[in-house]
Amino acid sequence: MPASRLWVVDVYGRVFSLSTAGQQWEQCRDAQMEFKRVTAAQQCCWGIACDNNVYLNVHASDLPIRYQEETYENQRWNPIGGFSDHLLPSDRWQWSDITGLKHQPLDSFELPSSSWEWEGDWYVDENFEGEPTEKEGWTYAIDFPAFYTKNKKMTSCVRRRRWLRYRRYKDMDTWAKIPSPQMETPDPFSDISCGGWEISEEPRGRLSLWAVSLLGKVWFRVGIYHHNPEGSMWEEVSVPGEVLQISCGPGDLVWAVLWEGQLIVRQGITRDCSKGTSWVEVESPSPDVGATHVAVGINTVWALTKDNKVWFRRGVDSHNPCGLGWISMVGEMITINVGLNDQVFAIGCEDRAVYFRQGVTTSELSGKTWKAISVPRDGDRSHSSASTNSLQSAGCFFSGEVRAHDSFISELISDREPAKTLREGGSAGPAVPEEEETLPSEGEVKALCADVAICPSQSGGPLDPQWSNVDLEEAQGQLAQTGAALDAADTSSLSSVATYTLAMEDPYGTDEHPLWAWVSGGGCSVDSHSHLNWFNSVNTSSLVGSVQSMSLSVTSAQTAAWRQQIFEQLTERTKREMDNFKHYEQAIEQSVWVKKGTMQWWRDWKPYKWIDVHFALEQFSGPEGNKDGILFIYYNFYEEKKYLHAFVNELTILVPVLNESKHTFAIYTPERTKQRFPIRLAAATELEMHDWLALLSVSCCHSRGIQGPPSKQAIWSITCKGDIFVSEPSPALEAMPYPTPCDQMFWRQVGGHLRMVECNTVGIVWGIGYDHTAWVYTGGYGGGFFQGLASSTDNIYTQTDVKSVYIYENQRWNPLEGFTNRGLPTDRYMWSDASGLHECTKTNMKPPSTQWTWVSDWAIDYSVSGGTDKEGWQYAADFPVFVFVFLRRKCKLTTTGPWQEIPPIALSDVTILPCTAQSNVDEVPLWAISNKGDVLCRLGVTALTPAGSSWLHVGTDQPFKSISIGAASQVWAIARDGSAFYRGSVSPQSPAGDCWYHIPSPSKQKLRQVSVGRTSVLTVDENGNLWYRQGVTPSYPQGSSWEHISNNVRKVSVGPLDQVWIIADKVQGSHSLSCGTVCHRLGVQPVEPKGILWDYGIGGGWDHITVRGNSMEPPRVRLPSLTDASAPAPRSPIPFRNMEVNSSAGDS
Amino acid sequence: MADDKDVLRDVWFGRIPTSFTLNQDEVTEREAEPYYLLLPRVSYLTLVTDKVKKHFLKVMRAEDVEEMWFEYEGTPLKWHYPIGVLFDLHASNTVLPWSITVHFKNFPDSDLLHCPSSSVVEAHFMSSIKEADALKHKSQVVNDMQKKDHKQLWMGLQNDKFDQFWAMNRKLMEYPTEEGGFRYIPFRIYQTMSDRPFIQRLFRPVSPEGNVHTLGDLMKEMDPAALPNDGEPKRYQVVIHGIEPLLETPLQWLSEHLSHPDNFLHICVIPTPTD
Repeated sequence: MPASRLWVVDVYGRVFSLSTAGQQWEQCRDAQMEFKRVTAAQQCCWGIACDNNVYLNVHASDLPIRYQEETYENQRWNPIGGFSDHLLPSDRWQWSDITGLKHQPLDSFELPSSSWEWEGDWYVDENFEGEPTEKEGWTYAIDFPAFYTKNKKMTSCVRRRRWLRYRRYKDMDTWAKIPSPQMETPDPFSDISCGGWEISEEPRGRLSLWAVSLLGKVWFRVGIYHHNPEGSMWEEVSVPGEVLQISCGPGDLVWAVLWEGQLIVRQGITRDCSKGTSWVEVESPSPDVGATHVAVGINTVWALTKDNKVWFRRGVDSHNPCGLGWISMVGEMITINVGLNDQVFAIGCEDRAVYFRQGVTTSELSGKTWKAISVPRDGDRSHSSASTNSLQSAGCFFSGEVRAHDSFISELISDREPAKTLREGGSAGPAVPEEEETLPSEGEVKALCADVAICPSQSGGPLDPQWSNVDLEEAQGQLAQTGAALDAADTSSLSSVATYTLAMEDPYGTDEHPLWAWVSGGGCSVDSHSHLNWFNSVNTSSLVGSVQSMSLSVTSAQTAAWRQQIFEQLTERTKREMDNFKHYEQAIEQSVWVKKGTMQWWRDWKPYKWIDVHFALEQFSGPEGNKDGILFIYYNFYEEKKYLHAFVNELTILVPVLNESKHTFAIYTPERTKQRFPIRLAAATELEMHDWLALLSVSCCHSRGIQGPPSKQAIWSITCKGDIFVSEPSPALEAMPYPTPCDQMFWRQVGGHLRMVECNTVGIVWGIGYDHTAWVYTGGYGGGFFQGLASSTDNIYTQTDVKSVYIYENQRWNPLEGFTNRGLPTDRYMWSDASGLHECTKTNMKPPSTQWTWVSDWAIDYSVSGGTDKEGWQYAADFPVFVFVFLRRKCKLTTTGPWQEIPPIALSDVTILPCTAQSNVDEVPLWAISNKGDVLCRLGVTALTPAGSSWLHVGTDQPFKSISIGAASQVWAIARDGSAFYRGSVSPQSPAGDCWYHIPSPSKQKLRQVSVGRTSVLTVDENGNLWYRQGVTPSYPQGSSWEHISNNVRKVSVGPLDQVWIIADKVQGSHSLSCGTVCHRLGVQPVEPKGILWDYGIGGGWDHITVRGNSMEPPRVRLPSLTDASAPAPRSPIPFRNMEVNSSAGDS
Repeated sequence: MADDKDVLRDVWFGRIPTSFTLNQDEVTEREAEPYYLLLPRVSYLTLVTDKVKKHFLKVMRAEDVEEMWFEYEGTPLKWHYPIGVLFDLHASNTVLPWSITVHFKNFPDSDLLHCPSSSVVEAHFMSSIKEADALKHKSQVVNDMQKKDHKQLWMGLQNDKFDQFWAMNRKLMEYPTEEGGFRYIPFRIYQTMSDRPFIQRLFRPVSPEGNVHTLGDLMKEMDPAALPNDGEPKRYQVVIHGIEPLLETPLQWLSEHLSHPDNFLHICVIPTPTD
């Protein structure tokens, strides 16, 4: 799980956050003032500060928020001066927007707020529909509202060009004030709540932000989306009474509490109307006691009443936002908040601790119990424990700037603080420890001082000092050394400041705990399965050393001494008790072990159908101790008992084919792969299927002597179901001219669920899920249904993926009623799948398999290419009496595998340099494309730290979709418009290169994907053609022209040996046709880089392959040329229609 | 780095080299050669000594043969303790091979249970597994298993099939993550210096405060005398499978990885050898 944060405000107005992976509250160091309330989303946090202004804290991301401004320069030809600025009076402005209606000269563009900066100056866009333009970006037309071409013609009377300039949001990770004109919001805000990011398909960043003013009015912030995180203005929303507090969920729920104690629910919130339309009133949970507080999630509403009782609203969902009735819950809370996944946080009435509601699941939204989050604050122990913390504090707690104290609280007490003098005379720049407490009141101050005074006498040893007067000039050095205090007398003459933390008041830290005032879980991604370290914090000061180490959680156990001891002693024991006695007889003789079961088998002959069979696996140990086995399928054929068998060492792959009706899996042998007709079996239950698969898989691996994690050279592939397989290549795989046929490759499954995977030769593997989440391979194996022995204990993590399932609602027009769902008998179903052949209604449509669960309701998909009308209807182009609407529902899968998430940027493609790194710490170039089309470069990726550290954004003028880096750091990419780009000057010194060179695509083709090997550059276009880049040389890396290799190609992967592997779209087997087949190009060699013919491997149903890890040089065999008559005939005819080689598409 | 799965393998494939010598009082037709065997630590004496019996029967007359039993330096060996436990308890820190005396007469009824066939071992083994699961999961896992699953556990042990055994046993080792471990840890503590056969009480893997219990915590609670006092030389060794895990080893981890196939963590407290 990626780390995300829970935000809280304490009673003194300080903002803290707690990471889901963390074990302490971290103070938001940037907050220069006290906050009253905060409301968090995953990408940002909004707050109301004590100066009553609204502040926004956008969390830093490696992907900048940048916005492209554009304007058009228009010119008309006239016979005297040629093209000039002199336009006809009827023409558009000389500088205008794309429509020509709006006048916008370059200097009319202004930054929206002080949080923005320009990235550079205006420049001319020289691309036109994927082609480079000449002549300074001008495009030509007969007259203005017309089609433009890049070439000047005789009839070209007007021309225009596009100017671009980027601006960037710069105030990341700091609280930026949202300017608010007085007229907009006459009275200050008292409450704020953000949400609504799930009601539309907009990329992350779109928010609904609601606020309540002191006079009880409600305001809605208009125009918050990714490119405009601040929003544009406040709009008042009329309310039926005076509102006290408001809560907005991630979806379409918005509830508010009125001063009189009733609640109001916003109605009519939709994708097009995030503000909603009207309010409906709901009575207070208790007739006598009014509600004071409400918190809503996606399908959940919680409320508090004046007596601090907690209430849960039954039956809430987006169809019924008001719910059905109140249920009283245990606990007394002062505030409550619902975070992501409908998880609930609250602050206790008595102890002011933050409580997490445990056991909240989609089926049990009310959860089970309240559990207090008991972790220390980051400042709590920094001075009270040993020097390691102080070391850290030297770097973290001292900033180079003098802090501005503009808050009312510190002003109250500022005359008491020695720091005041420092601040006034602070131009010399001594650092003020940010840790310095802002004190709540004078009474408190006295109390604290009293405690401080007695502390030194209580403490001793490593706990010293409890408080200190630290010379700020020398503070860093002092703390770094020992953390010891200087004698107060020595430093009191210097400008110094008393620093102490709350923990100092009580060296045992037991009864002192923070008092919280406000909590916001909107950015905190936890669910009932999350493993949190929030509750088991150990009270270290009261425990002796040996006990501390046992509090190590199991996650950190692998490094623990006890574990090491057990490993070492077991090895020692083996040596002691067994090494000298190997000649002794074993007490138990090895024997054959048979596992039997009953299954259904998709029989081999027509008519194909499922028949009941007995299934048995016989395992035995071979003479050398290697295990082997035979698989038997016993069936009846016309009353006669027959069987089919397969040797375990011949099986090449086991593929689970879960679907909603049967728990089936397919078994392939090389022969079955050729036939495209595997042995298909169905188990009675999913569990049984997984047991068999795990057992067979272990058995196959045993018989082939494979164990442990995949090697660095491994070939990775992914099926259309998202299952991940790896194969260990042998040197013979790329041998010339007799490579191992690729139907003999053995594939084993690795846990997890991905859409694509990329690897390189040093064992760095990245994957991308269906939900575009990036994952890095952790070095483990197993996971998924491989539990127990077939899976490593370490490096297996929970992985989730989300994908969408689509159905269509179809309607036919008839003259009487217009469009209705009454069709003709010959029509497709009124509810159908994409083909229209299968009926799919909202209720009968199930998730793809039992592993998937629905996580959203059916919603109309507006993001269809070609566009939809306002209600989502699309009109059939050829047959306009027919319309259809696309409905989408998201489903989620949770599994385990050797993958760890790399938040937060969603990716659509990734590529890793197939290098031969000299050491584990050499940085490896890794490039990626975000799902918005940004090009990114990952920094800090090494064999030891495959996840890297941060993203570097590489500017482009248009969104990209595919990228690949070759062995010599040559980076090629494909833009969304289908043209190719080459990145110049990429080197270890300049990992991001300098500029993009536009490479035209093959004529009339839009490219889709690119893969670059050692020298070869291959691309696949939208029509499934595979192209080879001709003329690539070290001095001219862009090459000269595209040459056609093949059609029917879905994806290509070029390895570091320039080996070419593809996923082919259609391959004919002897029994059936398969789509999505792994194919290997044979005959690829330096003189023949395009190869000669295809060899067919596993498939169909394959979606992705990467051979970029395999740099195993084949054994050198000297043989006559391939065309020699003795060479083997192609093992199967090439089904591809041979196409004319297209060599005319060059750009040179 | 070694994986935790390797520990399971090491535990399972632990072997004790043993020499079986016929008791001198037994009447033989000719002199009986000692018989050497690698005994699996996790199995039971009567389950793996068919070969021993066959070997000595060759030199004995049928009428002189009663139920076979074993003795080490005067102590009758209880077959219903795992072999590794018997060795650690009585013979650790001695020279290998382990020298066991075989008897065919004078069965010590007061010390040993009779074991007429391997089905008695099976019954004992399965009842241990069920008892352990009652402690770990209120018997929910073992009761959900089918008869053939029980058989698979037993056959795995009987035929020394690690994969077969663990394919099923892993289910007995699962627990809900939010609970941090089993309900109670099934363990038995054996002491050579005590008349009690063993200590077995309820003990949770996690304290009420949420701290992970360790081997040290368990010993402190059950047998504080076994722990060394500050400044004194160590008087006792706490031995599991012939090794001495550190006292800070989490108990839950031990239960998952160092339990015998019967799902109990067998802990031997033996005096530190004085050399």
